[in-house]
Amino acid sequence: MNTLPNAVSSIRSTLADARTRRQQWLHGAARSVSLDDVLSGTCLGGRINELAGRSVVVDTQDQLAAALALIELDGTARRLIVCPPGVAAEHRRLVVDKAEADALVSDRPDGDVEWQLPRSIACNSAVTSSSAPPAARCHTEWVLLTSGTTGAPKMVAHTFDTLTAPMRNRPEPPHSVVWGTFYDIRRYGGLQILLRAVLGDASFVMSGVHEPTAGYLLRLGRRLATHISGTPSHWRRALMCAEARDIAPRYVRLSGEIADQAILNALRACYPHARVSHAFASTEAGLGFEVDDGLEGFPASFVGNTRDVQISVEGGSLRIRSTRTAVQLVGDDSRLGDDEGFVDTGDVVERRGDRYYFLGRRSGIINVGGLKVYPEEVESAINRHPAVRMSMVRPARSSMVGSLVAADVVLEQTPDANAAAADFKREILQICADRLAPHKVPATIRFVPALEFAAAGKLARHA
Amino acid sequence: MSVKPAVIDEIRRLAAENRTPTPDLTDDLVLLDSGLDSLAIAILVVRLEEIFGFDPFAEPNDMAYPVTLGDFIRFYEHAAERRLVDTKHAG
Repeated sequence: MNTLPNAVSSIRSTLADARTRRQQWLHGAARSVSLDDVLSGTCLGGRINELAGRSVVVDTQDQLAAALALIELDGTARRLIVCPPGVAAEHRRLVVDKAEADALVSDRPDGDVEWQLPRSIACNSAVTSSSAPPAARCHTEWVLLTSGTTGAPKMVAHTFDTLTAPMRNRPEPPHSVVWGTFYDIRRYGGLQILLRAVLGDASFVMSGVHEPTAGYLLRLGRRLATHISGTPSHWRRALMCAEARDIAPRYVRLSGEIADQAILNALRACYPHARVSHAFASTEAGLGFEVDDGLEGFPASFVGNTRDVQISVEGGSLRIRSTRTAVQLVGDDSRLGDDEGFVDTGDVVERRGDRYYFLGRRSGIINVGGLKVYPEEVESAINRHPAVRMSMVRPARSSMVGSLVAADVVLEQTPDANAAAADFKREILQICADRLAPHKVPATIRFVPALEFAAAGKLARHA
Repeated sequence: MSVKPAVIDEIRRLAAENRTPTPDLTDDLVLLDSGLDSLAIAILVVRLEEIFGFDPFAEPNDMAYPVTLGDFIRFYEHAAERRLVDTKHAG
């Protein structure tokens, strides 16, 4: 990817500078659009100039509509506030005030009422021809919403440069690439894939907002998707569908949660010809690194200076400084990085031998009589049992030691008898006892039919 | 479910999981000498709560904290009886 020095870079200007492209398509759940049509047309009814220099909330039902609007507005709007599905009504005013939003782009008939912004322009996933597409005029700030600790969304600002930094200096793939992701494109993990596809000569198959995993897998298979990304929870859910056998990816990517050895092995077994890679990324820190050796954790050699990303571990916390980190938190005085520009990711790692392993989120700690337990570390042990599909570890109130570790476990198949369930429990506890300190071994195990997912495709952990 | 066999069962199960030998589970066995440490006893209490639906250690209680296995079983029996009385009153 080449950008001219001193030029304002945007998706459109970058693509305009690019050499001839392959036929690229954006496939939504209901409709497909060719990228050439997107670049020469408009999804805003030709009204883009009304949004020049504005701070624009993009809130759509349809992912494809959002993708088209974002591509069209990048370089013209001053700020794009990228709303994932389901921004709560009580948080909208906060988002508008903090981001000084003054316009809305939406495909929702009631969007005007919901956001109450002075200007509102309808968008949709159909492209119409347009007279003259605007030239890039400004460095657009991209604002992504992540869940904050208080429930109100945290607004993380990126630029075209920070978002696309992970894609620089990459050789062009030799074969045509078709991307897919279980992420919504309005979250960092999904937006990365949209940009990677659009700027990287690839087509992209988007999921539908309420599309069942099985249906999305079928579409990925039909479009011959080669590169597919999602969280470990997305992938565990996908592997539970018979349709997981209908896709044949060359590249399987995990990010957003800790990828444990069990899910890496399961994906390798299901897709023996695919490169299975897990990436560490967060909305604030950006893409940190990718691990390609098929093992959980990451090599200790990653810590220190590398060309693009500096990684350090302090007090057990993984910290990252790179050109990919967000530029600011919008409407929030707290800083993203420390004095040296390192962003504390809040992820706790532990070195064993020549490798670091993720223990979990600093904020998710379970306190067992004063001893810390990271749920993810326990889940990783539980998930080693071949009958376990996925698990979620949570605190159980204990009158004796404050909290104990409790596990909700989804099995591959419902055990045929109570005796089998009891055997599984015993075996899972054995695996945990062999690998974990006694206070980390689950006090109770409950078999459940399914686990709840939060909107970002991660396990819904309740404090 | 009657209290005593359930408590004995769970202690045996825990001891097996922890690979500690199960001592003779007599009434005068001092709990903390039973091979179960404080963590294991905390786990025992949580598991018994799953079985009985209550945790006597979490309730206001006029009984002394149990020291022996016999105390422990009576602690649970007492709480179970009290709940029965409460239920009758409520009914």
